[in-house]
Amino acid sequence: MSPINSLNARLWSKLGQRGTFGITMLDLEKEIDDFMVLTADLCSTSGLDRFRAQAPDKFLNVGIAEQNLVGISAGLAKEGYTVFATTFANFAAMRSYEQVRLNLGYMGIPVKLVGLGSGFAMGMFGNTHYGIEDITLMRAIPNLCILSPADCTEVVKATVAASRHPGPVYLRLTGITNNPIVNKEDYAFEIGTALTLKKGSDIAIIATGSMVHHALVAANLLETRGISSTVINMHTIKPLDTRVLEEVCKSSRRLVTVEEHSVIGGLGGAVAEYISTRSHHPPLQMIGILDRFQKAGDYPYLLEQNGLTGPQIADRIAKLNEE
Amino acid sequence: MTTHDQILGNIEEMACRMRKNALDLALSAGNNGAHLGSGLSIIEIMAVLYGGVLKVDPNNPRWVERDRFILSKGHGTLGYYTALAEAGFISREELATFERNGGILPGQPVMNPDKGIEFSSGSLGHGLSLGVGVALAGKKRGRNYRVYVLMGDGECNEGSVWEAAMAAKHFQLDNLIAIIDANEMQSDGARCDIMSTDYAAMWQGFGWDVVFADGHNISSLYNALIAGTTPSIPRVILASTVKGKGVSFMENNNEWHHNRLTKAQYDTAINEISSR
Repeated sequence: MSPINSLNARLWSKLGQRGTFGITMLDLEKEIDDFMVLTADLCSTSGLDRFRAQAPDKFLNVGIAEQNLVGISAGLAKEGYTVFATTFANFAAMRSYEQVRLNLGYMGIPVKLVGLGSGFAMGMFGNTHYGIEDITLMRAIPNLCILSPADCTEVVKATVAASRHPGPVYLRLTGITNNPIVNKEDYAFEIGTALTLKKGSDIAIIATGSMVHHALVAANLLETRGISSTVINMHTIKPLDTRVLEEVCKSSRRLVTVEEHSVIGGLGGAVAEYISTRSHHPPLQMIGILDRFQKAGDYPYLLEQNGLTGPQIADRIAKLNEE
Repeated sequence: MTTHDQILGNIEEMACRMRKNALDLALSAGNNGAHLGSGLSIIEIMAVLYGGVLKVDPNNPRWVERDRFILSKGHGTLGYYTALAEAGFISREELATFERNGGILPGQPVMNPDKGIEFSSGSLGHGLSLGVGVALAGKKRGRNYRVYVLMGDGECNEGSVWEAAMAAKHFQLDNLIAIIDANEMQSDGARCDIMSTDYAAMWQGFGWDVVFADGHNISSLYNALIAGTTPSIPRVILASTVKGKGVSFMENNNEWHHNRLTKAQYDTAINEISSR
């Protein structure tokens, strides 16, 4: 496996999460017998051009047919192959949703389904290509593990963890190239165990995917305003780390979830579902993609329009704190 | 030495027992009802598969070289379970638990490798994609098993079937055989009224080797299923059947697509089958 260090972290960051995923496939192919990578006509977009060239017999393009992508992947996985299958997050979650429910969920066939370009990564492609409901949908399917890595280094960690996970996984890739770096050094990544990146006493910011970086930026800005924040990297949406939620419910006056995903039913929804079972819990503010379709724009524009940049998140939290 | 005629004769008798057992199961299901129409239309197809074609071993159900059978039309369980019982995968006692609460044999199959049930099904249009994956695995590993996928003609309305059909030809899966239970009926009525299309032309257009069979004639089915395939070409067998086959008041009568069977109807049906 490629070593995890600051040099690779910078290289992977330049490539973005999809490019990093492709490199990880090359590493895993050398380690795992009976390995297959499938895509629905998104080889280059998945960062898989080198993989296709170097391991053509382990690569399969099923064409623009996402339902079939999941079905074929399940057939191969049922026969014992470790299978990664890639398509855009919205197609994985919506075009092939019933195949995911039946094959990965109901039968528990351990396909590793990769949602590319989730959130606003597809920029000028517009709303047809934004993956903004995928967590909501995937979360409702029993048996499915949902991973949402914070940066490219975590893409490596999460992809390797997915390959070793005995059950089905939905791996959600966010952001574009020059993906902000959260992790420069190696660290322990365990499915279902969130990472506390910063400890504070006032606010707990629980973030996932690309928003972990922005949450850290926000926390540092809040610090200068005298507001102390905990920052949690909730890289596993399902199973949700409820232990860390118990901790922050006790240690914080307010909880904030931040995600590059709809405010309906995503990480915020998952956290709300859990904490609402407690007799007492801090108020929860869910920050995410607003419940509306977007005017298409580039990635930074879309984040800004939805209040998802670090400074905007800091302002929103500071305002809440004044209430 | 078992002769060809003896094999066919044994399958014929097996099909007769299965049809009676299917009615027993439908009666035992009581008010839950059962998919009688298409369960009965696939009896001969299932009898030929499990009585003379599939290389499977109930004592070693996970045998890696076994032929794989996928019931994509999951509502065909009356034909499927009765065949699995005949083949020794399901005991008589287990068969009697059909549609019992919390049981292993609900109205549509649940994956159970030790009972020979490769995949769960019920929602239509999934099985052929799974079959493509399983057939690809066999090719990649150099295994000689064949993959048989049974679909309904109504099921072929689903677009996902054609995604899989396209892929099977592209990946040259001559170890994949689709069987269409062409009973010309679907849930809401006659297929020609609901969605008329020339399936033979469609499968040919997708590059498949198309074979026609009489879906209630043991010899016709056996010859179609046992034949070698053309290298690199997947095969589809369009098996012409009658929905509700064998029970006159059920045949081509969509009231029996899914219905409950009374004791009086059961007695009439059994008498009719027994007198043939």
